[in-house]
Amino acid sequence: MNNAKGERLFRAVAELLGDKALTVTAKASGCAVDVAAGRYRDVAALLRDHPSLRFEQLIELCGVDYSAYSGAARPERRYGVVVQLLSIVHNWRLQLRCFPDDDEFPVVDSLVEVWPAANWFEREAFDLFGIVFDGHPDLRRILTDYGFVGHPFRKDFPVSGYVEMRYDPEQGRVVYQPVTIEPREITPRIVREPNYGDVGVG
Amino acid sequence: MSALAEIRNYTLNFGPQHPSAHGVLRLVLELDGEVVVRADPHIGLLHRATEKLAETRTWLQSVPYMDRLDYVSMMCNEHAYCLAIERLLGIDVPLRGQYIRVMFDEVTRILNHLLNIGTHALDIGAMTMVLYTFREREDLMDCYEAVSGARMHAAYYRPGGVYRDLPDRMPQYQESPYKNASTVRKLNEARQGSLLDFLDDFTQRFPRYIDEYETLLTENRIWKQRTVGVGVIDPDRAMALGFTGPMLRGSGVAWDLRKKQPYEVYDQIEFDIPVGVNGDCYDRYLVRMEEMRQSNRIVRQCIDWLRLNPGPVITGNHKVAPPSRQTMKANMEELIHHFKLFTEGIHVPEGECYAAVEHPKGEFGIYAVSDGANKPYRLKIRAPGFAHLAAMDEMARGHMISDVVALIGTMDVVFGEIDR
Repeated sequence: MNNAKGERLFRAVAELLGDKALTVTAKASGCAVDVAAGRYRDVAALLRDHPSLRFEQLIELCGVDYSAYSGAARPERRYGVVVQLLSIVHNWRLQLRCFPDDDEFPVVDSLVEVWPAANWFEREAFDLFGIVFDGHPDLRRILTDYGFVGHPFRKDFPVSGYVEMRYDPEQGRVVYQPVTIEPREITPRIVREPNYGDVGVG
Repeated sequence: MSALAEIRNYTLNFGPQHPSAHGVLRLVLELDGEVVVRADPHIGLLHRATEKLAETRTWLQSVPYMDRLDYVSMMCNEHAYCLAIERLLGIDVPLRGQYIRVMFDEVTRILNHLLNIGTHALDIGAMTMVLYTFREREDLMDCYEAVSGARMHAAYYRPGGVYRDLPDRMPQYQESPYKNASTVRKLNEARQGSLLDFLDDFTQRFPRYIDEYETLLTENRIWKQRTVGVGVIDPDRAMALGFTGPMLRGSGVAWDLRKKQPYEVYDQIEFDIPVGVNGDCYDRYLVRMEEMRQSNRIVRQCIDWLRLNPGPVITGNHKVAPPSRQTMKANMEELIHHFKLFTEGIHVPEGECYAAVEHPKGEFGIYAVSDGANKPYRLKIRAPGFAHLAAMDEMARGHMISDVVALIGTMDVVFGEIDR
């Protein structure tokens, strides 16, 4: 997106949302808006309907668990819901992010009424992160197994999971049992200081 | 006994082991006679938690996972992933690398549409289509093999460019008990030159092949009876449901990221965007056919450019891309770079980024969050098929059960990307 257009989008968003948004930042690909959970749905409806913005498409919605985030931009809350919006009329993009208030039982409003496309994306965020979407018509698990326990994309959920499935020849059916594989890490997770490896540094 | 028998709706399990469920779709259909009252797709039978796995791998180690998402358009998936990393790192790809990417994106688009049209026709009764489209897929997969060594899961795009330059030689057929000397000679005829010669030859043959497909399907009475007026979506509804790609263009919305938000060198290439009128399965089929012709045009332009302009194909920044084998073995500094890159990986600065490409199925996006480590903090894959399949209930309602098969075909669902 060229600069003049990005500037126009930024000003339109900042002017329209005013104090409804926590922060509005201009980005190379458009604009990023953080809102409080209480205003999330109203802001979304405003972004869709206002003629100067017209975000008629919800491209994507996903949950994020910030509990292990080590960077400087770590939010106060544990969970975030990140929505990518697209305006076909104006040809610009916007990222809308909100933070559910309660870390133990995260709840945000559902956007299904605003964009029907949010339906499955919210089911997925509920399934993988346990974020509850208030007002969702059919909040079932979507990707995990029937009868799955837990929310696997939370940072405290191990990659290998808790149970594994095998065929039991004696019982003649498939059974669940605790996992037998050992968790292992091949490449450790490392955060280096800036300019690491440059001449005279590190 | 009452005079009227009790009439109840019938619930039918369609899949997960059904040949036209295109993989592992379990569709629970509630039927009133032969009319669908409610369709409830159950997905996740192929869920591998790619996004969670990516959090435990370095940025580079996840490139091959991307191939396995939409396993019929491999390189386009890699493209979105590499774009996201490049935007976070703020690095540029050399021009030749960009042209190679565009060329292989379009080869991939042809591969994908060939499979889609072939199997869609197969599902609704035109048995021969798939034989013809798979003949051409063979040639294009040979191109994949020539550049990467793998016919499907290429891992050819890397952050900063592509893994290596185009080869001067094509892989050759060998004599075997199933192929005698004269057959092998005939098959190898077009494979004598470089990859570009082979692709050039293919692009000259391909428009004629598309004409062949058109004679088989476009005016075919049965094909039209099965697709015209089936699964009609009006443009506003298509946008609200999050449709992208041919599903959106079939409804008459001229939206294509290659034109509207160009990435790589798409802004320097001439091509047209076909759009449908009625938004039914037949229009989406026509859009895909025309897209193949346009892709052919793009590939030709890339070949012409690539023949004239040699140069690097991957960035020279050795914190992102490995140095060449020769310099690595002769130079201590380069050896250290090589070692650090393959043991520890790329360090991506803190930040978040959403990068999208025009994938053959629609908008394929990667939302990446980095906290400065050598691994992604969070990776979210936006699969176009996920949004399309979510509209299955709405599109199938009121249609006959046999139309559900046409709908699955027109949505071009691939479970590698939907279940991730």
